[in-house]
Amino acid sequence: MLLRHTDDKIIERSALTINPAKTCQPIGAMYAALGIHRCLPHSHGSQGCCAYHRSALTRHYKEPVMAGTSSFTEGASVFGGQANLLEAINNIFTIYKPDVIAVHTTCLSETIGDDIAQISSKAQEEGKIPPGKYVIRASTPSYVGSHVTGFGNMVKGMVEGFSAASDTLENQINVIPGYVEPSDMAEIKRILNEMQIKAVVFPDTSEVLNTPQTGKYEMYPKGGTTIPELRSTGRSRRTFALGQIASGPAAKLLDTKCKVPCTLLNLPIGLRNTDIFLESLRQQTGAGVPDSLRLERGQLLDVITDMHQYLYGKKVALVGDPDHLVALTQFLKDLDMDVRHVVTGTPGKKFVTRIQEITGPKVNAFEAKDMFHFHQLIKQERVDLILGNTYAKYIARDEDIPLVRMGFPIYDRIGHQYFPLVGYRGALRLLEKMLSALMDRQDRDAAEESFELVM
Amino acid sequence: MSPLDKQAQAEKVKAEMLKIYPTKVARKRAKQIIINDVQPGEVVPEIKANTRTIPGIITMRGCSYAGCKGVVLGPTRDIVHITHGPIGCSFYSWLTRRNQTRPKTEADVNYMPYALSTDMQEEQIIFGGEKKLKQAIEEAIAIFNPRAIGIYATCPVGLIGDDVHSVARAMEEKYPHINIFGFSCEGYKGVSQSAGHHIANNKVFTDVVGLTHVKKAGKFVVNLLGEYNIGGDAFEIDRIFEKCGITLQSTFSGNSVYDDFTNAHMADLNLVMCHRSINYMADMMEKKYGIPWYKVNFIGAQSSADSLRKIAAYYEDAELTARVEKVIAEEMPAVLKAQAEIKPRCQGKTAMMFVGGSRAHHYQDLFSEIGMQTLSAGYEFAHRDDYEGRKVLPSIEMDADTRNIEEIVVKPDPEAFAPRITPEKKAELAQQGGLRWNDYEGMMAQMENSSLVIDDLNHHEAEVLIEKYHPDIFCAGVKEKYVVQKYGIPMKQLHSYDYSGPYAGFKGAVNFYREIDRMVNTKIWGMISAPWDKEPQVTGTYGWD
Ligand code: SF4
Ligand code: SF4
Repeated sequence: MLLRHTDDKIIERSALTINPAKTCQPIGAMYAALGIHRCLPHSHGSQGCCAYHRSALTRHYKEPVMAGTSSFTEGASVFGGQANLLEAINNIFTIYKPDVIAVHTTCLSETIGDDIAQISSKAQEEGKIPPGKYVIRASTPSYVGSHVTGFGNMVKGMVEGFSAASDTLENQINVIPGYVEPSDMAEIKRILNEMQIKAVVFPDTSEVLNTPQTGKYEMYPKGGTTIPELRSTGRSRRTFALGQIASGPAAKLLDTKCKVPCTLLNLPIGLRNTDIFLESLRQQTGAGVPDSLRLERGQLLDVITDMHQYLYGKKVALVGDPDHLVALTQFLKDLDMDVRHVVTGTPGKKFVTRIQEITGPKVNAFEAKDMFHFHQLIKQERVDLILGNTYAKYIARDEDIPLVRMGFPIYDRIGHQYFPLVGYRGALRLLEKMLSALMDRQDRDAAEESFELVM
Repeated sequence: MSPLDKQAQAEKVKAEMLKIYPTKVARKRAKQIIINDVQPGEVVPEIKANTRTIPGIITMRGCSYAGCKGVVLGPTRDIVHITHGPIGCSFYSWLTRRNQTRPKTEADVNYMPYALSTDMQEEQIIFGGEKKLKQAIEEAIAIFNPRAIGIYATCPVGLIGDDVHSVARAMEEKYPHINIFGFSCEGYKGVSQSAGHHIANNKVFTDVVGLTHVKKAGKFVVNLLGEYNIGGDAFEIDRIFEKCGITLQSTFSGNSVYDDFTNAHMADLNLVMCHRSINYMADMMEKKYGIPWYKVNFIGAQSSADSLRKIAAYYEDAELTARVEKVIAEEMPAVLKAQAEIKPRCQGKTAMMFVGGSRAHHYQDLFSEIGMQTLSAGYEFAHRDDYEGRKVLPSIEMDADTRNIEEIVVKPDPEAFAPRITPEKKAELAQQGGLRWNDYEGMMAQMENSSLVIDDLNHHEAEVLIEKYHPDIFCAGVKEKYVVQKYGIPMKQLHSYDYSGPYAGFKGAVNFYREIDRMVNTKIWGMISAPWDKEPQVTGTYGWD
């Protein structure tokens, strides 16, 4: 047993987190910033945070992840990091030549109280920011929220830094895709394209964190939302924000700053939430749902009805990020699966209510808890399937329960870079994964006489 | 290439690297990019090392917390490690370093798959986090009931004035049967992971080593310092030692348990693998207990054999010498067979390696065993002595960053100090057995002239190296892995071994040859360009025309 010290007796904990179900804000900010074309994320703090965040993202995507750091030493920690950031900005524009530096803070620079806005205007005054180049920023102290909060804050920083209000509107909408994978962002763009809706999707990490092997390294790959696109978000007719925590803050700011109204939706994961996404696009933009998407929806529904018996009543435990869990729970519920345990490490009081609205009150739903707690819940009430990140595999192995990998981080499998979970196609993929996991298990455990050829 | 051409090329590459830097950066980097030139007596040029990374430079380096909790203490399976800080630091150091561990039975303690953190919130940043830390320790004791707890401070902790040491003392008073100790390894200490190594060495030395006095059975009882069991390296070394009849009193810290540390001072001899991360421990143990040390290297079959012979040389025991020779004779045929098969396919190919504080040196041996040449190498967080040899120690300047790391003054222990060997004998063994006491010759003396030695290599310089030298393989860490591979060049991670290994010892050497053979000889890199990339577009003709 790998987690041999976890038993089913839950001891109340008020101070100790064991095996977290979240990580810190800056990594989300770094990930979001990579979704701007020709942007170098910058971590304002000691270099360890930056090294950790880059490593974690690299392990998850198996792609280069570039970012700068202010490399604080003890002196900077005492006297503040202004000199470090000024020097960093100068060095980065000279050596790495991005169009944008997206600065996020760390626990250290937040605790010190460095004022990034003031430091970047000083950099501007001192001519350290070349013409046509930008420094944007987000405050991301990890002692508040989680990596999802950090993502949300950096997307908000994009609005703050780029979106400009105007009386002349563009015939376009904004879509903030949420803290989802490059494959998901590409899928959202494809759906919009199918519906012939002109949209700025931001951030957009597709073709940044799933680039092709060409024999030529590009520090700034083809993908990412461009600066003109980001500027134009203030002239869009509406913002569709997918996922409350990750996309809410930016959408709200677009409303107050540029008067772009917003529609806040769940992530389009699963049948029902994709329906809602498409329907509200249709309602708000007047676009039609083309045959291509009707076909995909029909195929998804077809598989669900065909394979319903393998899903019905199966007990599931989910661990991950709140925006994902809300949408997933809905999907599983629609599949007639029995959602037993839902745990997120990200704090947020509304989370439990939102899950219970979908499942009814008899679910074990928790916010701001950890994977140790999640494991204990499973020990108390066994499930047939676990959905969670790579760390969940320790639980899955110990308890001998099938696992479908979902969320962040996935260090030990590929796929999430290339194949989406959002939209009807994403739902079909998730369905296939869950069915394979459940049916492989049935095959493994079946008695010889009931080992089925056709399933 | 003639030596002159090689020198000219190195100079050109160096100039190319420096060209785009702002003056201040260029001036500093010029001292860290050195064209090797070995003179008799292992005299090599001076390199600037263990200095600050310039803000904004995309560096490979991490922080002191990573060096302390991640590297040195992380591999010990029965110490409960509590990270005091916001969640991230603990999250990222959770199982990511691949230190393998093998509890003896199913019932034995193993905390390695657990990441414990105080998950500091804003309230603690404002009002202090000591109360929460104490409570976290209570909860850890209630759940795990461990024998020892380490507390690791992260950046905000030092700043808000939390004192992990006083919390440790207070909690230890309450739970006297548990050894609780804190590490002031805030990430801003020092300039890299290296500071964390030192901080870890200090605390383990003062609070753990020497607490109990059990010497393991055996005639030849040694400690192996600086071997962290990545990919099972320590398991392979254990196997070889066992075959030779050498007892490992402790390993710092691969596959280790707490008791190994408390009893470590009972060993006859300290063998140092990773000089950078653990030389402090070796030095302090010699001063306090009289245990001599020298450097060994179990990366590379020949180096492994040499290191075994060095151990035999120390004991001057005919039986041990014979047994060591017998083991080498038994192990080498498989190694030589693999070499004979693989060397023809790898001969003349080139490698570069930029990692850590010892591997960029050690792995050159392995590459040369299959005929591959190291074009350029450097460390991520080493000091001048790791490059130039310990002879330069007295001339290393103390800067502010280093001065902040405590240097413990160690005196002989009134009871436990027992020199294992007389100065005369030491001198004799140095003469006859070639034992270099308290020494490390450094990387540069072994490298070819005109090869580039680069400290704290950064992203830009790596790009220049790759573009100018086109090595057949590049070795570094995970952050560099996919950058290099996008260039169409295979990249071997020498921190995590790309999730394979072991590479130490004899079996490890064979694993490594096969792995490198696979990487440099796969045909897949030749398929990057598609058929239509090679021919201009044909227009308007169809197959059936
Ligand atoms: S200090 Fe804060 S930002 Fe840095 S890794 Fe730790 S939690 Fe994340
Ligand atoms: S630099 Fe500081 S905050 Fe960042 S990972 Fe290291 S200890 Fe944590």
